[in-house]
Order: sequence, then C-alpha cells, then structure tokens
Amino acid sequence: MNIMLLINALPGACAQGLIWGIMAIGVFITYRILDLADLTVDGTMCTGGAVCIMMMLSGYNVWVSLLVAFLAGTLAGLVTGVLHTLLGIPAILAGILTQLGLYSINLRIMDDKANQAINVDKYDLLVSLRYIKGVPIYKNTLFLTVLIIAVLIAVLYWFFGTELGCSIRATGSNPNMSRAQGINTDVSKIIGLMLSNGIVAFASGLYAQYQGFADINAGRGAIVIGLAAVIIGQVIFGRFHGNFAFKLVSVALGGVIYYLVLQVVLWLGLKANDLKLISAVIVAIFLAIPHLKEKYFSKPVKKGGASRA
Amino acid sequence: MLDINRISKTFNKGTVNEKKALNGLELHLKEGDFVTVIGGNGAGKSTMLNAIAGTWYVDEGSIVIDGIDVTRLPEHKRAAYLGRVFQDPMTGTAASMQIEENLALAARRGKRRNLRVGITAKERDSYKEQLKILELGLENRLTTGVGLLSGGQRQALTLLMATLQKPKLLLLDEHTAALDPKTAAKVLEATDRIVGRDALTTIMITHNMKDAIAHGNRLVMMHEGQIIYDVSGEEKKRLTVADLLHKFEEVSGGEFANDRMILA
Ligand SMILES: Nc1ncnc2c1ncn2[C@@H]1O[C@H](COP(=O)(O)OP(=O)(O)OP(=O)(O)O)[C@@H](O)[C@H]1O
Ligand SMILES: [Mg+2]
Repeated sequence: MNIMLLINALPGACAQGLIWGIMAIGVFITYRILDLADLTVDGTMCTGGAVCIMMMLSGYNVWVSLLVAFLAGTLAGLVTGVLHTLLGIPAILAGILTQLGLYSINLRIMDDKANQAINVDKYDLLVSLRYIKGVPIYKNTLFLTVLIIAVLIAVLYWFFGTELGCSIRATGSNPNMSRAQGINTDVSKIIGLMLSNGIVAFASGLYAQYQGFADINAGRGAIVIGLAAVIIGQVIFGRFHGNFAFKLVSVALGGVIYYLVLQVVLWLGLKANDLKLISAVIVAIFLAIPHLKEKYFSKPVKKGGASRA
Repeated sequence: MLDINRISKTFNKGTVNEKKALNGLELHLKEGDFVTVIGGNGAGKSTMLNAIAGTWYVDEGSIVIDGIDVTRLPEHKRAAYLGRVFQDPMTGTAASMQIEENLALAARRGKRRNLRVGITAKERDSYKEQLKILELGLENRLTTGVGLLSGGQRQALTLLMATLQKPKLLLLDEHTAALDPKTAAKVLEATDRIVGRDALTTIMITHNMKDAIAHGNRLVMMHEGQIIYDVSGEEKKRLTVADLLHKFEEVSGGEFANDRMILA
C-alpha cells in the first residue's frame, strides 16, 4: 500500500465531500428542521445534474444552468409536498413516488440517454476534477465549493431567522403548537421540501460538472450519503453546541469526512463497486451511535431523582 | 363573544369504536366571562375545546366567535382569535427553540409571516417585561431553549404566549393537571392575574372542584357530550364541593366515583 496514492487522492475526496456537503445541507432542512425523511432527493440528485449539463450543452451560461437546476429541484419538492400535505400521503411514500416519477423525467431531460458527458476543455465549467491542482485559486474547485457553501450557509442563516423561516422551524419542532399559533403547517412543509430539493438539485448540477457527465444513476442512494453527512457532523461536532450556522458547517464537514473515510477504505483495497455497501454500513454505524451511547454508555439516573415539575 | 350552537361530533363513525363525544352541545359566553368546566372522564370537555379550536370539523351545529362564523375555518386561521394552553406541557411550546423565539412566534399569531426578521430588538425588551408577570424569573433567560424548562415553566410560558396578543377567547384544558400542587397554584395565580388584567373571555377545564368554584364567574358541568349544569354570579359563589358532588350523582345515576376529581 502506497501512502502517496492516498495522499494524492485526498484533495479530490475533499472536493466531492464538499459538493455532497451542499447536498447534505438540503437533507438537513427536511430531516432535522422539518423532521421529515424525504426520499425525493434520490431523484433530484440526478435531475439537477441532468438539467445543468443539458442546458450547458445547449449553450447556456453555467450560472443560468445551475439556477434552472435549482428551480427544477424546487418543483420536485413541490410535488412531494403536495402529495404529502394536501393529499395526505405519508412523507416517505410521497418521496418515493416523486423519485420514481423523476426517473422517467430525468431520462427525458437527458434525451433518453443514461449518460450525457460534457467536455471540460470545450465548456466553461465552474467545478471539475481537473480543477483541483495546477489552476489559479479563483478557478480552484476546492476554493469555489467552500465559497459557495459559505454563501449558502449565510443565506440559510438569514432565512431561518425570518418570520417565515421561524414558522418552518416551529412546524418541525411542534406541529400542534404551530397550528395553535396560526401557522399553516402544510405551507411550511411544502416550502421546506422545495428549498431542500432545490439545494440538492443545485449540488447535483455541481457534481455532474465535477465528474464531467450527468448520469441517470447519479442519485441512487443519495439520501443515505446526505444522512451520513448530517449524522457524522452531529456526532463529531455536536458537543460544541454551536448556533444554527455552526450546525450547517458541521453538516458540510460531515460530507467531507464521509468522503475521506471512503477514500481510506478504497485505499485499503476494497473495490469501487463495494461503495454502496460501505456507505450503508457507515450510515448504519453512525445512526446507531447516538442510540447505543444512550443505552449502554450513559450513567444510570437515580430513580425518582429527576422529577420534572 | 362565543356562541356554540347545538354542535355534535361522533368519532370513528360506523365502527365498533363509534363514540358520540359531543351531543348537541350549546354554550353562549358574554364578553369577559370566565367559565370553569368540570365533568367526569370522557364527558367531552377536551372535545369541546378542540371543536372550538378547529382540530377537526364538527358534524353538526355552528361555532361563532365574536360574530365570526368559524365552523368551517381551518385550525391555523381560527388561531387568530384564540389563545390555547394544553394539558400536556410539551404540547404548547416548540422545545427546540428559545424562550424569546417561542414568544415571537406567538406575537405573530393571526398575522402574515414573511421575510421580515423573526424577532426584533424592541420585541426582546418587551418580552423581558412581560415575562415578569409569571414571577418565575424567566425574564432573565430569554435565550434558554424551551426544552430545558420544567413542565410548570413551560405551562406558564404557554399561558403568556396564548395571551401575548389579546385573544378573543382563551382556552385552558386542565393546564395545571400535570403539575405538582405548588407549581399548579403558581400557574393558576398567573392565570388569574393575566385574565383579570385583560378581562379575557376564558374557558378553563379543571378536574379540581375547589378550583372550579374559586375561579371565574360561571361554572358548567358536562356529561355525555352535553352541558347538564350551569351556574353563575351569586349562586356560583355560594356553591360548595358537596353541592357539585350531589349534582353529579343526580345526573350520572349515583355511580359517581371518579378518582381524578379532587374533592377536598
Ligand atoms: N380524536 C379522537 N378520536 C377518537 N375518540 C376521541 C377523540 N377525542 C376524544 N375521543 C373520545 O371522546 C370522548 C370524550 O373525550 P374528551 O377527551 O373530550 O373527554 P374529557 O371530558 O376531556 O375527559 P378527561 O377528563 O379524561 O380529559 C372520550 O370517549 C374519548 O375517548
Ligand atoms: Mg380532557
């Protein structure tokens, strides 16, 4: 085993981790803020890339393409939100339905092809695996993704501090209380799902550029990776009790750590095809940690000691 | 202020669990009325408040608050007229948010929520002032997470949230039942102070007959989804626990033995 091989792979792993960190911030909005498990993202993590690449191939500017990718994601979130709130379908099922429908839509967007490549030499990409080393700083993918994450976190920090943002947080925290305080919890959930899927689709647009292609399978298992980043971030940085912005930073860092761990596991000799299994195992372990901690490692509480008046 | 016109509600219609929880219930409140509600388990007390609040729609009848027919208005829209405190201290507040954030949410009840800042500096000062009426020292803990508060503190906070914007009607569903006697007394005192200060029209459910007699200007007893006893004014003031007990045995056929009713 050559340690240099691993070290050389680390910047790329960080870049991928950062892009998935953006995706995970989207997942954080539904999973942590709204307390919903939204499986739509397995579809939108492909849709965003498909929209972005196809638009760029037709000559649109990269930012316009990313914006439309974002909007496509919000549409997918809107569908799931309507299925869940107005039509009363359980959130998980609503997400699965949208995700399934998106498979066909994604193929249509990609001209009925399972894969659409974009040439980094011919098109002006924002991020790429070719822009990791040997490019000026303003073109460096690591620098740009960190910058994008910083802006995204700043915007979300502002948004969730507004009246509307607060009502979305309240909806996730206590829907009964929210309705008693005059909040339309259906609307809150729909906005949250739209925002979340918009961010995921935006990340998807970046990821497709990074890889140099949009792929119909790009989103398979995306929710697991997103959750992994959220949970890793919480387990590792949760002890610091930071504010909301800090929580979002830990989610993004969770994505980076996830990719670094993957890289090490690959370096240890496992095949790329084993990635899905490894991901599932990593997420299962991290999901179990809080539970196990509570069950086996917490100090026993004296019976009757902690009465809550 | 409130007109409940012959409302009925049957749960699980057409199943073995069918239950007629409200049976042509009628109740009219004048502005400033403070009515206490007693009745056995399953009498329909909570169901009546839920009907007013719009947790679901009633099967028959109508509900009018201050001249506004709310019978078909969804829960979050009726909230503009109502303040509510629930039996379970966990229900009335958002545990993952701070005290001041919870208050800010309540301050915007019935108003449009848009992209203005969720809580202003001016509001903070006024919350600090208003929290003092609870006499729990919460005014110095504005940014404490509500999840860290005790049940009594949460109920008191919920009460303040319910009345931060003067509601047309305050609904209290056994809001001290889950608290120890000392804390319950404190929350009840705060209730009297706030209701008195703003002359709020109030419905308070309680299973404590003494409290039911001591508070408010009117008392109603519920049984099987209807109001079966209604006293107010001087007559209510002269009421004793023994009277209420007697009344209850009369209507329920003498088999009144409800350990949740605190008699002493
Ligand atoms: N959402 C519901 N679904 C089904 N049945 C319900 C529902 N809400 C109330 N009930 C039933 O309606 C009846 C009246 O219940 P309610 O909660 O109003 O009683 P209560 O007078 O508040 O009693 P308690 O003193 O126990 O709180 C009960 O038989 C109850 O089981
Ligand atoms: Mg009840």
